Amino acid sequence: MTDRAHGAHGGVEYDVSTSPRPPALFPSLWRVSPGLWRRRDKAPPATDRTLAPDESNVGRTSSGLPSEMAIRLEQVTKSFAGRTVLDNVTIDVRSGTAFCLLGRSGTGKSVTLKHIVGLLKPDAGRVLVHGAEVSSLTGRDLANVRKRMGFLFQSAALFDSITVGENVAFPLRRHTDWPDHLIREIAARRLAAVGLERDYHKMPSELSGGMRKRAGLARAMALDPDILLVDEPSAGLDPITSAEIDDLLLTLKQEGTTIVVVTHNIPSARHVGDELAMLHEGRIIAQGTAVDLDRSEHPLVRAFMRSEGAG
Amino acid sequence: MLERVGTVVLAALAWVGEVSLFGLRALGELFLPPYEPREIARHIYEIGWRSAPLIATSGLAIGVVLSMHTRASLERFGAEALIPAGLAIALIRETGPLVTALLVAGRVGAGIGAELGAMKVTEQIDALEAVAVDSFKYLAVTRIVACIIAMPLLTTVTDFCGIVGGWMAEFAVSGMSWRLYFNRAFSLIEFHDFIPATMKTAVFGLIIGTIASYLGFTTTQGTEGVGRASTRSVVLASILIIVTNVVLVRLIFLVFPA
Repeated sequence: MTDRAHGAHGGVEYDVSTSPRPPALFPSLWRVSPGLWRRRDKAPPATDRTLAPDESNVGRTSSGLPSEMAIRLEQVTKSFAGRTVLDNVTIDVRSGTAFCLLGRSGTGKSVTLKHIVGLLKPDAGRVLVHGAEVSSLTGRDLANVRKRMGFLFQSAALFDSITVGENVAFPLRRHTDWPDHLIREIAARRLAAVGLERDYHKMPSELSGGMRKRAGLARAMALDPDILLVDEPSAGLDPITSAEIDDLLLTLKQEGTTIVVVTHNIPSARHVGDELAMLHEGRIIAQGTAVDLDRSEHPLVRAFMRSEGAG
Repeated sequence: MLERVGTVVLAALAWVGEVSLFGLRALGELFLPPYEPREIARHIYEIGWRSAPLIATSGLAIGVVLSMHTRASLERFGAEALIPAGLAIALIRETGPLVTALLVAGRVGAGIGAELGAMKVTEQIDALEAVAVDSFKYLAVTRIVACIIAMPLLTTVTDFCGIVGGWMAEFAVSGMSWRLYFNRAFSLIEFHDFIPATMKTAVFGLIIGTIASYLGFTTTQGTEGVGRASTRSVVLASILIIVTNVVLVRLIFLVFPA
């Protein structure tokens, strides 16, 4: 493997020569050349930037979306068979931050993620990603937006007819013209990052639920996305692996990736999330930092934030 | 009562319309990039090559049975010499294409319906879309095209194996040589017997691929839905093949009068 690999897709250049600080709780991350994850055109870490969208130095895109706003859901409403799942939901996610969506089962959290990636279209309202209105895009335009996003499904949704490694390599094979050995190398590194370095040649059916989830996360990270949408990453994982995944998400966030996490795991949300929001009966009933939600007087929010052991 | 019947008929027509649009969209997208040649080749292998043993065995058996029936009929008139030609005409014009289509509908239609149905209920189709891959093109169009290409090839295999089976049955009874049997079999066969009858199976391939892919893509209700998609793929494709065959045979006779 050469020190430097040049990606053909989108003019993105990958530099494997940089050596960031190793993660404290996830040693396998260190085995991955961390620079491989980093796009040179990616924004600097969130901590270095001014995040408030209403400040005068924030530019705006043609759609009216502040340039630092990676995702915006504007008054999104969605119903299935007469049942309203999302009711006038508005969410803003700033670039390079982690946004955690909390809520009881069946409150529309996964539906919200599917709106962001364009798998579902809202009945009313609109969804903006990097200024592009995903809810009205189709075909190649929608595909171009999706190439910049990674999505971990709640069920992992691995392609069960190909190996775990080929699942991770799949987006690279589809969207780059890199040589086979480089794609395999990158897929192996993505798997190593989630602790599955020995499972490249296994079929998805040979993995446990937690391992499938991690493989799904590796696939979601395959194209080094600007935005990572993660649906219940710690479901089915032991506490140690769950903490390792949290650290991986934190590392990605520090490298400039915008992350939206749907979770029931409050400690994980506190650890990873810059901002938290709680969905209940299709509406956002609380939004802010973990401290803000701790202070909420809504009984459900208080009950949720105190359920530290939930996962 | 009349209202119920009307509702059922309208629902059936709506379903036929949806499936037809699905198939037409697949044919339209065939000419738009990306062309997915690797996936098409992989499905031709899966649908065509891996169906070949089933098709060859069935063709052989059908040839033997047809030969026995033909002999029983023609023997009464002292026309045993026409057995090879009669068998070849029946096989190439009708029996071969129809039997091949029904066998492929059973094997491949069920497989496509179940595979795509399982992908639908386990969110694998959504996962394809999420990685910016056109799932319709990647999953449905490639399978439909593979069915269209594989069907005429498999039909040729059935025809050939059927003639071999016919010769084996004839050899057992009369000791007729292969060369003589072959010459007599093709003495009355012309290209316009073989080409239209074989090419019409491309339409059967379109029917099998479209119905199975449509039912797979519209699967709901978990594993039960997958089973239902698989079964309905076979049943509906088989019925439609038999009905369409009537129209196609009429069309062939119009274009190539006997």
